[in-house]
Amino acid sequence: MDSPRERRLNAEAGPLVRPYALTRGRTRVQGFRLDLVTMLVVTGRSPQERARLALEQQRILEMCRRPATVADLTSEMNLPLGVMHVLLADLYQQGLLEERRAAPLAERPSPEILQRVLDDLRAL
Amino acid sequence: MIFARSDPASSSAEASAASAGDWRDAISADDGSHLALKVLIAGGFGVGKTTLVGAVSEIRPLHTEEVLTDVSTDVDDLHGVEGKTTTTVAMDFGRLAFDDGITLYLFGTPGQERFWFMWDEMAYGAIGAVVLIDTRRLTASFAAIDYFEQRGTPFIVAVNCFEGARAHTLKEIRTALDIDPHVPIVLCDVRERDSAKSVLITLVEHALETA
Ligand SMILES: Nc1nc2c(ncn2[C@@H]2O[C@H](COP(=O)(O)OP(=O)(O)O)[C@@H](O)[C@H]2O)c(=O)[nH]1
Ligand SMILES: [Mg+2]
Repeated sequence: MDSPRERRLNAEAGPLVRPYALTRGRTRVQGFRLDLVTMLVVTGRSPQERARLALEQQRILEMCRRPATVADLTSEMNLPLGVMHVLLADLYQQGLLEERRAAPLAERPSPEILQRVLDDLRAL
Repeated sequence: MIFARSDPASSSAEASAASAGDWRDAISADDGSHLALKVLIAGGFGVGKTTLVGAVSEIRPLHTEEVLTDVSTDVDDLHGVEGKTTTTVAMDFGRLAFDDGITLYLFGTPGQERFWFMWDEMAYGAIGAVVLIDTRRLTASFAAIDYFEQRGTPFIVAVNCFEGARAHTLKEIRTALDIDPHVPIVLCDVRERDSAKSVLITLVEHALETA
């Protein structure tokens, strides 16, 4: 088997990175679920120890002054999703970010919403 | 822990929102009416996923990693892992924003089973999936079709018109794929915006019929 360093997936694989430095080695957060389209917004509370926030987290808070999705934030920060997940969990647990939800969390969008999407696409 | 629901009207964030950069132009509705909805684009390598996403939306970088995927356990201090490298996987990510506050988030990922750790998360709450196929390599789509069938995610099959695709009838393709009669199959050329757009319309129509 290839060693992790040598491993490359295929043409679609991105570069090899070292994501753990930012998260201090943490890769998972208990029970913390974030969808790619979960929308996050700052709570307005100020960090207790601002100095302890990584620059990346300060930038995330800046971006979340208006609601932004996890996908948007991840793309904009150009960090891997798992790393973002840990950074966002920290901010949430510090009470600095909360979820903004325009429709109830559900397995499928409602027919009303689907109809709106359909009308939007047809008008495109 | 699930994020607390915020009251859109009372968030103190609004007052300081003036300096939003252009990266968030699509997210302009700040009154809680903004809706982000997922559409999945599945298919084997080279079948046209990236082309499809790019035809209807602006592609943005989005990477995930194979080792940072299990979010079910406790905060995990992986000693010794600091020096380890991990492979990131690029997803096709595109956004299509509408004036009424809805934004479609298109996600394309490789179709092999090994990438399914991504599919579970992506499929939840999604409008549905487009399984893009190349008639020269039908088997590359079997796993994705199985997955969406079993999960109950609405999906359509879109036949990307590479050379020779039109030599097959849709009926032949349906038989070869062994999919339900109610699952739509459409021909497309994902390089064309209108064609890619009508693929999405067919998917949403189908999702609405089965909603
Ligand atoms: N002839 C033809 N080529 C296509 C079509 N769609 C995509 N391609 C080409 O096929 C190659 C692979 O497409 P890509 O979108 O990267 O596939 P992906 O691996 O699924 O993301 C690219 O060179 C595309 O330009 C099509 O409908 N007809
Ligand atoms: Mg691609």
